[in-house]
Amino acid sequence: MTEQNAEGAEGTGVPVPREGRTELEVIGVRHGMFGAGNGTNGGSGDTSGYGRLVTPIALPPASSRPYGGAWFDEVADEFEGALEEQGLTPEAAIEKTVVDRDEITFHVHRDHLVQAMRTLRDDPALRFELCTGVSGVHYPGDAGRELHAVYHLRSITHNRLIRIECSAPDDDPHIPSTVAVYPTNDWHERETYDFFGIVFDGHPALTRIMMPDDWLGFPQRKDYPLGGIPVEYKGAQIPAPDQRRSYS
Amino acid sequence: MSTQHSTPGAPGTAPERETTEGRVYTVTGGDWDEIVTAAAKADDERIVVNMGPQHPSTHGVLRLILEIDGETVKEARCGIGYLHTGIEKNLEFRNWVQGTTFVTRMDYLTPLFNETAYCLAVEKLLGITDDVPARASVIRVMMMELNRISSHLVALATGGMEIGSTTLMIYGFRDREVILDIFELVTGLRMNHAYVRPGGLAQDLPPGALDQIREGVKLLRSRMHEYDKLATDNPVFKARLVDVGYLDLAGCMALGATGPILRATGLPHDLRKTQPYCGYESYDFEVLTADTCDSYGRFLIRLREMEQSLRIVEQCLEQLKGGGGPVMVADKKIAWPAQLALGADGLGNSLDHIRKIMGESMEALIHHFKLVTEGFRVPPGQAYAAVESPKGELGVHVVSDGGTRPYRVHFRDPSFTNLQTMAAMCEGGQVADVIVAVAGIDPVMGGVDR
Repeated sequence: MTEQNAEGAEGTGVPVPREGRTELEVIGVRHGMFGAGNGTNGGSGDTSGYGRLVTPIALPPASSRPYGGAWFDEVADEFEGALEEQGLTPEAAIEKTVVDRDEITFHVHRDHLVQAMRTLRDDPALRFELCTGVSGVHYPGDAGRELHAVYHLRSITHNRLIRIECSAPDDDPHIPSTVAVYPTNDWHERETYDFFGIVFDGHPALTRIMMPDDWLGFPQRKDYPLGGIPVEYKGAQIPAPDQRRSYS
Repeated sequence: MSTQHSTPGAPGTAPERETTEGRVYTVTGGDWDEIVTAAAKADDERIVVNMGPQHPSTHGVLRLILEIDGETVKEARCGIGYLHTGIEKNLEFRNWVQGTTFVTRMDYLTPLFNETAYCLAVEKLLGITDDVPARASVIRVMMMELNRISSHLVALATGGMEIGSTTLMIYGFRDREVILDIFELVTGLRMNHAYVRPGGLAQDLPPGALDQIREGVKLLRSRMHEYDKLATDNPVFKARLVDVGYLDLAGCMALGATGPILRATGLPHDLRKTQPYCGYESYDFEVLTADTCDSYGRFLIRLREMEQSLRIVEQCLEQLKGGGGPVMVADKKIAWPAQLALGADGLGNSLDHIRKIMGESMEALIHHFKLVTEGFRVPPGQAYAAVESPKGELGVHVVSDGGTRPYRVHFRDPSFTNLQTMAAMCEGGQVADVIVAVAGIDPVMGGVDR
């Protein structure tokens, strides 16, 4: 599903990234040179004449071995080996591995998320006992993988920290719940559901946690407006924060 | 928790009404006995009591939903979200530097931890972690440790008040005042400082700050034993806290509890030691544990941690003695163009700087204008930075799309995660122990709800 949607991104105006990069990491595109008037207000503050400049926004690409770091390769070996022992091909479960800024991120396919998390928790060589919760990110430009759930796992035994990222498309916002593996994610998944609308299948009681129960919409999605009203300051009208001139 | 008794047999003061969920009483204090008696008479034995959302014994606006049978709590749940202010969403509409003024308001008892965690994450994204001047890191550590003391003092003070020890409350807030005075001198504000900035600090220590901090540390040291005398061996205090709010290591791991709750199980997990940041590896201090897994152990840990924090502050003072040195990265594309200065009308851009950009250097004016209105750009990617806040692991997940504003900021607030343990701690216990257990968790709703 994910790859099909990613291919569909070609028709949406997202530029083809440079050679050697996979297209999955492009999450958007930026117009103009100085970023002025590129916000939600749609005004053109850019008077440079370079308004037609188009720059793709690309996140750090997938890394290839060796990953470096003090223990990245060791963890990756153990993780992939443990998945293989369970009859899973690592390539199917781990979409890509990104090493960036001294942090390692495993992008795990949602079909295998729970099994992968259980492996990370239980395997003695991995032993990530502590999950520090779920953080949602919405990438409207990452076609087919718009909604990301990001988990940070801490191993107290080995003193390590890794990131697990799992994605779902906007039109099928389902990710399996990890509460059975890490009960601490109970509230965290509720929060991510509340703000991003990611449905965590198998969660014991997936209800809103911060917003009122009858709230409509998912406030931290990028297409959800911030809201606010203009205020007067020293005689001038100051527009609401999301209506002000912005620089991207 | 209201436990006043009204005259037995007096007409009930709690209005009751029948609903589809059963009989609902509206309790307004002072009539606890009638409720329990009425509930015992009713054929339906289960009663659900709403504690809060505005109960004075809560740390912010917390709602506890207790299903009780007599005095025993059968089920306990939290209702949160009353203080949700959408800080994470707001951050996406402000530039990176402005972010510090928002995050400082999350857990309002640990503002300097919020700021430092956020700035560490932004610095990691910028790749300037190693460029932050040593003096800035030392001041950050010193301010954080002072903040740890003030947060623990509030935990002890409010915890004491909730079980009826008003002396503990008054002592706690009295001593916290010493630290808030220091904060006011250094940052200009008692809370919501926005003092720590990406790349360093808003300003260096003002004249006289070291002396005042030294005096404050001395004063606090002399008063630490008062808490010991007042509470540690106090039989009434112990009777309320010992074995209350039990949560063992397995429970902590499963529920993600960190900080004093985790250390009360005997595991010396402290990010300052295991994943040092801001140069914590160079300080001499101990990670304290207890093996009781209960509220009393958490109390002792907080008490002893304050002494360790004083030790660290003294080491910081020693390092800062020499004075001088920058407190902001050298990179002019990131560093705020002006150091702040305390003027007659409060903290603002230093007059020297204004004189320079308005009267001397056009380029400096342009640079100032660009950096202040646009802000700096942060290369795309994501980073996670964590600090050991007084409540546990405070983690910040920051995503950038290469723009002048954060693409996404998520705070893993320790209060939020720790509050989940409330059910495990309270179920099966007494109603009165719920208060002690929640006080032992030390949740701050500003951080929980953000």
